[in-house]
Amino acid sequence: MGNLSVNIKDLIFKNPVLTASGTFGYGEEFSDFMDISALGGIVVKGTTGSLRQGNPYPRMAETASGMLNAVGLQNKGVDGFINDIYPRIKNTNTHLIVNVSGSTIEEYLSVVEKINALENIPAIELNISCPNVKEGGMAFGTSCPSAIAVTEAVRKAYDKTLIVKLSPNVTNIAEIAKAVQDAGADAVSLINTLLGMAIDAETRRPLLSTITGGLSGPAVKPVALRMVWQVSKAVKIPVIGMGGIMTAKDAIEFLLAGATAVQVGTANFIDPAITLKIIAGIEEYMLRHNIQDIRELIGGMKTD
Amino acid sequence: MKKYQHNFTILSNSAVNEEHFIMELQCREPMGLVKPGQFVQIKIDDSPTTFLRRPLSIHDAVTSKGILKLLIQKKGDGTRKLSTIKKGDIVNLLYPLGNGFRLPENKNLLLVGGGCGVAPLLLLARELKARNCKITTLIGARSATHLTIPDAYSEFGDVLLTTEDGSTGTKGFVIHHEIFRHGMDIIDGIYCCGPDPMMKAVARLAKTLNKSCQVSLEQSMACGIGACLCCIVDTKKGHVCTCTEGPVFDYQELSGWGDKE
Repeated sequence: MGNLSVNIKDLIFKNPVLTASGTFGYGEEFSDFMDISALGGIVVKGTTGSLRQGNPYPRMAETASGMLNAVGLQNKGVDGFINDIYPRIKNTNTHLIVNVSGSTIEEYLSVVEKINALENIPAIELNISCPNVKEGGMAFGTSCPSAIAVTEAVRKAYDKTLIVKLSPNVTNIAEIAKAVQDAGADAVSLINTLLGMAIDAETRRPLLSTITGGLSGPAVKPVALRMVWQVSKAVKIPVIGMGGIMTAKDAIEFLLAGATAVQVGTANFIDPAITLKIIAGIEEYMLRHNIQDIRELIGGMKTD
Repeated sequence: MKKYQHNFTILSNSAVNEEHFIMELQCREPMGLVKPGQFVQIKIDDSPTTFLRRPLSIHDAVTSKGILKLLIQKKGDGTRKLSTIKKGDIVNLLYPLGNGFRLPENKNLLLVGGGCGVAPLLLLARELKARNCKITTLIGARSATHLTIPDAYSEFGDVLLTTEDGSTGTKGFVIHHEIFRHGMDIIDGIYCCGPDPMMKAVARLAKTLNKSCQVSLEQSMACGIGACLCCIVDTKKGHVCTCTEGPVFDYQELSGWGDKE
């Protein structure tokens, strides 16, 4: 069997398939359905400085080939994570990455400093792209100066692998990617959800309590693939691609567009064991195409 | 309880009335245990407008034979597609999800179902009877033709009916049935499933009558296993997932339930 491992700086992933934040809980929710240690990594739910209740119900609307969500970063806060959740999951035999979010740079730093002290968390994913909170979140990720400010501040406070998760709700995502690279990011992950909305024509009411929410699922895949391709050409650091990946073929398309690894998100809701099927499908593809090392596929789209 | 992802073969799929149908499914692997009030997430293939699974109450189960029954209301494209599935077809289920009803022994209990909300009450009645409970089932519907299988419940005790148009049973909603005025002294507790306004009305009566009342909620959800955090309900502990902390709650756990309108 060929080599499936990829790396971000000196952090080696056993395979390029990770789960996306907010779609896989803390991993343990899925352990009845699959061996979660087979994953390249698990990016856990967005974690903020203190407990957040998130947005009111309804928070979800099914759309054509996808869904909108407006969860709004419901989580137990960094202390709740460290005291209640981390002890249960810390010995999971895969990389656990904490998605870090906040309303202010100070809040990001308060989370990052505490997570930095956790032995079994080798990386964070800095969420500057959540579309469902009033303050912070996406506001940091939609302009270069604010993206630089939060990334630089976190870089100084965090000495392990720093991934910055980018928003697609921008005019030029490659510029933002370059900005966070220069501010010290070790990798970028993209895309977060696309801002969208849905209305019930019969009741004339919005389907989400917040009116707008984040679109995910296969509906966003072509946009995500384009952005991964643009960003991977613009930066030197690794790109983690995501957006509507449902199959191994989808994952391989992201690698060909330039992603070093992928995250699987919404698909986990439909098949809680989908990631294992994607890993197996990538292996099958490599055998069929006589590829010894998955790294041969990264950026391997042919344009001649 | 351990959760499973299994394929099931459709044994039968038949209409109960214009709106409702019952699907009987046979697990293709040794079936896991299920409890009354738990639900499944069914995958719907070949329905282009249906992206997510659909959460459905377990209506009945014969675990030793690997059989589940689902009582389903045609609501949208997904459930309409399910109504067309044929004997021999295969569907994929995640189960058993949620906590289910708490089951006492040797009690006198009132089960209240509105519309498709009767679905989880059949397995509940079966399990309560096995625990030596005396059961009365009160079923409400829009009209006689909308009633869902009241006969199935008569095996387990008295069945009382209300319809909004008075075409059978007492005219009005379930809360208008005389049992709430003259029959509650001997009742130890209430189990309720139906539309939210109905369950809230029953919870208010339960509070007035000082009876326990477990309600089974229906919230839209994506995953069904506590990952997406979409199916939250406002409780006295804050937002919790209906899929993992519910779908069955004591009405007192829920913010605003039992209070006056």
